Amino acid sequence: MNIKFDDPNRPNSYIGRTVPRPNAGRLVAGKGRYVDDITLPRMVHVAFLRCPHAHAKIGEIDTEEARAQKGVLGIFTARDLAQVCTPWEGKLAHLEGMKTPPQSALAIDRATWAGEPVVAVVARTRAEAEAAAALVIVDFEPLPAVTDMRSALDKDTPVLHPQFDDNLCFRKENATATPQKAFDGAHTVVESEFKIGRHTGVTLEPRVIIADWNGGEGELTAHVSNQAPHMLQVLLAKHMGIPESRVRVICGDVGGSFGVKVHVYPDEVATAAIAKIMGRPVKFCADRLESFTSDIHARDHEATGRIAVDESGKILGFDVDDWTGIGPYSIYPRTSAVEGLQVTNLIGGPYDFEHYRVRSTTVFQNKGICAQYRAVGHPVAVAITEGLVDMAAAEMGIDPIEFRRRNVIRDDAYPVTTAAGLKLEGLSHEKSLDALVEAMDYDVLRAEQADLRKRGIHRGIGIASFIELTNPSPFMYGIGGARISAQDGCTVRMDPDGSVVVLTGVTEQGQGTEAIMAQIVAEAVGIRPDMVRVVTGDTRVTPFGGGTWASRGAGIGGEAALKAGRALRDQILGIAASMLQAKAEGLDIRDGQIVDAASGEDRLPLEELGRVVYFRGDTLPKDLSRELMQTRHYITSDYPYAFTNGVQASYVEVDTETGFVKLLKHWCVEDCGRIINPQLVDEQIRGGIVQGIGGALFEEIVYDDEGQIQNGSMADYLVPMSGEMPDMVIRHVETPTQESELGAKGAGEAGTAGAPAAVMNAINDAIRPLGGQVTRMPFTPERVLRALGTLKD
Amino acid sequence: MTDAFRNRIDLELTVNGEAVELTVPAGRHLIDLLRLDLGLTGSHAGCEHGVCGACTVLVDGAPVRGCLTLAPQLGGADVWTIEGLTDRGLVADLQAAFVARNALQCGYCTPGMLVAAKALIDAGGTPSRAEIREHMSGNYCRCTGYEAIVDAVETVARDRAEGAMS
Amino acid sequence: MKAQVGGYARAEDMAHAIRLLADAEGMGRVLAGGQSLVAALNMGLSFGDLLVDITGLSDLRGVREEDDRLVIGALMRHADVATDPLIARHVPLLAQAAPLIAHEAIRNRGTIGGSLAHADPAAEFPACAVALDAVIRLTGPDGEREVAATDFFRDVFETEMREGEILTGIVVPKTQAGERHVIREAARRAGDYAIAGLAVVIRGGAHRIAAFGTGPTPLLCTVAMERLDAGDVDGAVSALSDALDPPSDTQGSAAYRRHLAGVLLHRIATELGEDV
Repeated sequence: MNIKFDDPNRPNSYIGRTVPRPNAGRLVAGKGRYVDDITLPRMVHVAFLRCPHAHAKIGEIDTEEARAQKGVLGIFTARDLAQVCTPWEGKLAHLEGMKTPPQSALAIDRATWAGEPVVAVVARTRAEAEAAAALVIVDFEPLPAVTDMRSALDKDTPVLHPQFDDNLCFRKENATATPQKAFDGAHTVVESEFKIGRHTGVTLEPRVIIADWNGGEGELTAHVSNQAPHMLQVLLAKHMGIPESRVRVICGDVGGSFGVKVHVYPDEVATAAIAKIMGRPVKFCADRLESFTSDIHARDHEATGRIAVDESGKILGFDVDDWTGIGPYSIYPRTSAVEGLQVTNLIGGPYDFEHYRVRSTTVFQNKGICAQYRAVGHPVAVAITEGLVDMAAAEMGIDPIEFRRRNVIRDDAYPVTTAAGLKLEGLSHEKSLDALVEAMDYDVLRAEQADLRKRGIHRGIGIASFIELTNPSPFMYGIGGARISAQDGCTVRMDPDGSVVVLTGVTEQGQGTEAIMAQIVAEAVGIRPDMVRVVTGDTRVTPFGGGTWASRGAGIGGEAALKAGRALRDQILGIAASMLQAKAEGLDIRDGQIVDAASGEDRLPLEELGRVVYFRGDTLPKDLSRELMQTRHYITSDYPYAFTNGVQASYVEVDTETGFVKLLKHWCVEDCGRIINPQLVDEQIRGGIVQGIGGALFEEIVYDDEGQIQNGSMADYLVPMSGEMPDMVIRHVETPTQESELGAKGAGEAGTAGAPAAVMNAINDAIRPLGGQVTRMPFTPERVLRALGTLKD
Repeated sequence: MTDAFRNRIDLELTVNGEAVELTVPAGRHLIDLLRLDLGLTGSHAGCEHGVCGACTVLVDGAPVRGCLTLAPQLGGADVWTIEGLTDRGLVADLQAAFVARNALQCGYCTPGMLVAAKALIDAGGTPSRAEIREHMSGNYCRCTGYEAIVDAVETVARDRAEGAMS
Repeated sequence: MKAQVGGYARAEDMAHAIRLLADAEGMGRVLAGGQSLVAALNMGLSFGDLLVDITGLSDLRGVREEDDRLVIGALMRHADVATDPLIARHVPLLAQAAPLIAHEAIRNRGTIGGSLAHADPAAEFPACAVALDAVIRLTGPDGEREVAATDFFRDVFETEMREGEILTGIVVPKTQAGERHVIREAARRAGDYAIAGLAVVIRGGAHRIAAFGTGPTPLLCTVAMERLDAGDVDGAVSALSDALDPPSDTQGSAAYRRHLAGVLLHRIATELGEDV
């Protein structure tokens, strides 16, 4: 049940307000402390020799010349590291039939993608380590590479892992009893192919770790740019045979993550293993070029989809066959099956219909490993769904907004279980569509579009409704046996001056965790946010938690903070009641003062209470509880996930001679439940939209048939830059989840989920009258021209 | 081969208004000079091939790519980084606007962004949003989607222009 | 990656620079603004180079008039080219081209000499040099020589420069009355290398068209020029398409580049009022 945070005149009304981020002032002054900024005594640097082939047998490794180079302190192969660290398998028990082979810190006998680390070279400096690594001679014997996903399961395709019968990692079909019924006798059936390119995260700060082994205490400390410090603690302990209590993971400032930094990477584990062997701190900072071959990739889906609609424009069902290639290994510990799995759940998400069949096939191949990256599966499912919806609307001559109005799940219908089996607590598609139409002045924009069309200017409006999975429960990973925590915890402590220290298991990646935790605790306790200091990202210090993933920080970590803050408030009032000879129920805390709840009259400053408790406890009754520190943990239990919803619109102009697409404007209405900090939510949405636009227009890791990346630099893999991005209008509907007191759901992925589909639909809206249609992302100018038939050869 | 070519180069330059003397390897770029040799970690290396702009610093008054500026070429140069610009209050209004508008998330791009924005703002006038976008288009930010950055720069340009008039 | 450099030397004067290059025995690389060279070094595309820093050679700076020609020193930075008053008056094509190159921070260090010597087929200045019928000045162990821009660019990153030579400047005819200069390019993002671009000069009623990003070198499109001289824009587009042999890469196929060059030519012709 929610607490009401709606009255802006309530005391300590910080939840729902734009409050500046406490860490922003430090970051703009260049005083961030990212892992690569840290230099430890005796620290050395590791660089990796990576396999240049997509698939190769590893023969003799000759390190003699490299070892003789100035500054070189050690060279390690897989066999050296196997002494201190065990391999892992990215499997989840509940994903039936899933398979993946053991993966090691360095490739043993065989390397399976171009970029897999094979030999580690340690030297005094990164430059020396790189120079020596270039002199290590490995006798690679190239093997046939599996690169095409659609033929990966064919009989004549080589099987990548000899212990398996085929290249299938995982296959899942999610279907209602009689899916074919939707299509038998439907008024309109539309079918299309869709392709979503292979992306990579390109965090501006590359992956980086400093591993420091303290032999005296048998303890490993890892300073690492990561989203899930407790997860990494547990897994490093497990694979290095160290008690969990003797592994400390510290995440200071993190220069962007987006899912790139929530996985176990072989080179990072190798760095920790080398630190243990050498007994001194070792730093690995991925070079940008090796980021392209060693950071996780994502998406890379090809699908065939069908939608069936009756004569009234009502959707009857979806039927989708989705394929994805995920590289040679499933990622650890989350698995690489989840993006495909999400597609099987999320197709048709916003709509009310009866029949459903989605099959997703995940195959192995000799490319970089694909894994969870911002909005896992959503951009794929939303593109297929909204692409089909727009095609059906166009085919039937129904306006795309009207078509959606007829089909979205009604706002008063909740709770709902969808045809795909998703349990939805409460969404607002109808209100969101209304808000969108108003925000973009839809009819005026349509009139402008028609007017310009007459003058040969081809503009398009694209709409995309979506749902977003947030606040995951253990149903996502925990039930599969992964030690990934879905709960989170928060400790709050009042110090003598009346200020409060907050320790949270959620991490700060720039999304504003410190700010919202300060706001929540300030409101819960009754102090100003600037009296709150927040500590994140240190497994030795913070409560055990899951960190940052699946848009869980505000909804789960925030609820823990609210509960802990309220408990501290009760504790403070109990002591105050004793000191003031009053009843606790009659007191309140406002702006750092204990006040009379009814009159608001000041009774006692918190710092006076702090002085007495900490320095003159002798003056308090002997049996009075005097802890000014409380911890609460929170986990969702009524619903496996708290779904959010929203709708985006894109307005584009297509140059039909060059194929260039100009983004004119973008809108998003979204509903993340209780908004804690409007500015931070808006900026999450904006950043997410641009990341989605990246996939729609620019981003694609291109491999050749031999499994070599063709565009593995920032000059060639095009990320969105400011020059081409549109201004974005963001609006909100607030449907708080009733499962928590705070009512917050997540907002981190909505932008990325819906933007690609909105842009695709806008381009198609622009070129449909010319007979064109694009469904293969990214929509490069050339692909647009080919869709228009301008380019044929 | 000749001994005219050196592998270690003696340098004297000014960084953030302070005289610096040091010896660097011949292949050292300015960002590593700042970060490794001087401990000025406010400037970041994001790609080391001149595309991302995270390493943008001022050399002799003009923004340059720190990763494409070879340190041995910097004898006598006057280098300013985010640390010095902050200490002297030379980007204080931009920093305040970035904080107020939340024009940063992870903060990794921000020092480079501020240096790039400073050059535009110092040139005077009130650039349009399109001009700001174009000017800032050499600096990559994965977090914000850029709009907040454009807003912050626009605000400061306008405030400075109004300040100059009044 | 970290640049693995063999050594560095700062040239005191031209003779010293030439001597250093000779001493380097084939490993010498001229270092000016470094915007292409240092990127290549940082990407590990070259290592062990002996860098000859010529930025101290003050003779290579600045712009001066020589009768009806302008001599632009090799060390003129892109940012200087964009704002130099002599260039603006006498060679507007270069002033137009400079802001198209990358971003401000790059333009503040990159030099016109470096761009010409590097000979990136997608770069603007080499194409401008060809369109302007410029002459490249070189100094080497055997003295000075001049090479016509149209002969200078041989292949991707390859020029007529000989071992041990230094590009000292570019000599450009001053604009004549009624002369017009236009450069247009199509790039995915502001500041990116062009997928295709055209630099066009109309001098004495005759067109000179240089295409860039569409082949191993900037290409003077002679047949298209003749067609355009004859007022046949469609014919010029078609001739351009026939003349180009563009690469295919992740930014666009050969067919797309060829098409794009044609669209750019059409648009330039319209802009110049010739597409009637």
